[in-house]
Amino acid sequence: MFWDDKMTTDLEKVKEVLGPKKQFVHGDTAVCYGALLAGCDFYGGYPITPASEIAEMIASLMPKVGGVNIQMEDEIASMASIIGASWTGAKVMTATSGPGFSLMQENIGFAYMSETPAVVVNVQRSGPSTGQPTLGAEGDMMQARYGSHGDYQSITLSPNTIQETLEFTIKAFNLAEEYRSPVFLMISADLGHMREMITIPDEVDLVYRKTPKVPPEEYVPFGKGKYGKEKVPEFAPFGTGYRTYVTGLTHNEFGFPATDDQQDHDKLIRRQIEKITDDREKLTDIEERMMDDAEIALVSYGIASRSALGALKIARDQGKKVGYFRLKTIWPFPKKKINELSQKVDKIVVPEMNTGHVYHRVKEYADCEVKLVSKIGGEIISPKEILEEV
Amino acid sequence: MIEVNEDYCKGCNLCILYCPRDALVESEELNKKGVHPPVEVEDRCNGCRLCELICPDFAIVVVEDDRLPKMKRTKKCSGMIK
Amino acid sequence: MADKNEVDVIDGKQLQDKYLREEMMPHIFCNGCGLGNVLDYVLWAVEKEGLDLDKTVFLSGIGCSSRIPGYINADALHTTHGRALAFATGVKMANPDLNVIVFTGDGDCIGIGGNHFIHALRRNLDITVIAVNNYIYGMTGGQVAPTTPEGHIGTTAPYGNIEPPFDMCEMAKAAGATYVARWPVFRPHQPINSIREGIRNKGLSFIEMMSPCTTAYGRRNRFRKIEDLWAFYEDKTILIEEYDKIDRFGTEEEKEELDDKIKIGVFKRSTRKPLEERYRDLLEEFK
Repeated sequence: MFWDDKMTTDLEKVKEVLGPKKQFVHGDTAVCYGALLAGCDFYGGYPITPASEIAEMIASLMPKVGGVNIQMEDEIASMASIIGASWTGAKVMTATSGPGFSLMQENIGFAYMSETPAVVVNVQRSGPSTGQPTLGAEGDMMQARYGSHGDYQSITLSPNTIQETLEFTIKAFNLAEEYRSPVFLMISADLGHMREMITIPDEVDLVYRKTPKVPPEEYVPFGKGKYGKEKVPEFAPFGTGYRTYVTGLTHNEFGFPATDDQQDHDKLIRRQIEKITDDREKLTDIEERMMDDAEIALVSYGIASRSALGALKIARDQGKKVGYFRLKTIWPFPKKKINELSQKVDKIVVPEMNTGHVYHRVKEYADCEVKLVSKIGGEIISPKEILEEV
Repeated sequence: MIEVNEDYCKGCNLCILYCPRDALVESEELNKKGVHPPVEVEDRCNGCRLCELICPDFAIVVVEDDRLPKMKRTKKCSGMIK
Repeated sequence: MADKNEVDVIDGKQLQDKYLREEMMPHIFCNGCGLGNVLDYVLWAVEKEGLDLDKTVFLSGIGCSSRIPGYINADALHTTHGRALAFATGVKMANPDLNVIVFTGDGDCIGIGGNHFIHALRRNLDITVIAVNNYIYGMTGGQVAPTTPEGHIGTTAPYGNIEPPFDMCEMAKAAGATYVARWPVFRPHQPINSIREGIRNKGLSFIEMMSPCTTAYGRRNRFRKIEDLWAFYEDKTILIEEYDKIDRFGTEEEKEELDDKIKIGVFKRSTRKPLEERYRDLLEEFK
């Protein structure tokens, strides 16, 4: 039955269901393809423009690969359901947009506290509140970092092509499993609804969460990891006899509430943050173009980086020494890489589809001049607007 | 025989109130929570186990002893424990 | 599920050894609180139904009642406020082989979790929901709940509650639960049997447990002693069979007295295909 083999993925079957190797699809579809290739077993969602296409596509494909799809009553419940499913050992995903992402923050916090692997896709639209439902933006970058209350470290990926959206969805699943953490895939509505040619990969490297190999009485559910990273404990799915108590309260390494102890809380939260920040250099992925002799760097991500690429070409044609520096991972923030960059160039220009979420972070770690090119309102930033700052 | 786990008892006295046979009374001594846990009165318990079930704190356990035949009969009547 | 006759007879001590996490005991519930009883009754029901603890998951939200799974030596998910049923939906759908038992409170279930509650009922997953109703927000110190009777005092209704209360069982019946019952904690045998029936029932079973909150509710509502509040519950409740009899054949005075009473008993037994089985049927089409 469909829930029997959680820790394996029948890639051949998935590829058969997905159809031709080359397809002309939009970003939302690419997310679904990536999820299925990554072995997603469970999707819990709620319709919202511009992410509804993900729910629709999943509803059509999921039964064909033997996975579970459920439309929940709201985004709070969507996030809750995928955490519940993840604790049975399933690879899980939900997709939403800004307003839904706000609702999910409560249970996203729970996922951090309980160290639950989960992938959350945010097809961003303009906000706050209902804003511009049909138009794209990238205004949730800070919500992806600081949306829930308390201290935690998020992993947030930001692709800029449809092919990369597919690949990053797979990567998001792998990181979620590896670090036992929620992972955010942030695309804008423009990317979600834009069509490009994609190639479905033949081979996919998949990561599965580490499960304990010791007998239940020796298992420490929130202690030190034995077989993988030391700060990522092994995960015993429900129903496997390990009898794990999972709580959103501050807990000791056995999982039991330890709400009055300062040290327990400190130890728990710092470990949860450090398991990700220790690997900051490995996690932060950068795409560089024409950076060798650059005097001005265009530091960009997501949909705005496509305009930055346009601006780069125009600027180089005009003989200006401009380089392209794209962040594929927004959080954890590549602070060392930004600092090194700022030593090489005289000026950094940050084009963003918001009022400066990543700009302030760049400014914090850069030792050179940093300029923001900000655009909101649903229209994609143009190369010309970026060039005004170059 | 009624066994009382004094460490668990919070002193609500519900066992004493609910016992149909008045088989429990407050003890003289205080436990570490500062309450008087119940003690069994000799030869009154018929093994109905209501005190065990009504105790909210898992502090009472009724164990079978030499009055076994009597207890079995009562248990059958109560329909609770086979 | 094991046949009734196969179940070993164990005594209370063995029950505690088998099911409780000893390191967590004694539990944190106040003196005279009925939550310990609810835990005890659920354990007896689980024991008598012969559920495999390795294949049973206990879920809860936030509040006094939601601390219960912490004392049970099994997989447990202590979730966010009101969301236990949404988490349970994920657990059961992702692995229908697991037995799922959800503990929730009145504020947790029908207050903040109202929407999840009605949709869980609509979906009718094969889970057992134990809603512990203490008519107040106990853990936060006695604020009025959606279930607090009119006129009763809470810290956020110092002049008496002016809002009409919710009846969780009526809601459960209307929204599609397949088994609905309400029992007070001072009657041990009926709730144990009800929970057993709920576990056996294929579909969402909703069992409301009336549990006295002596600290936050009793104290403010003129029940100074534990036994006063427990006795009040006894006076206030009436068996559904009794209620119906009086309603049909009683005198005017007897009928008038009914207005004040809370009905207890089994309110609904029905069958409806649980969601996970419907999904399994869908998957069969693609095999």
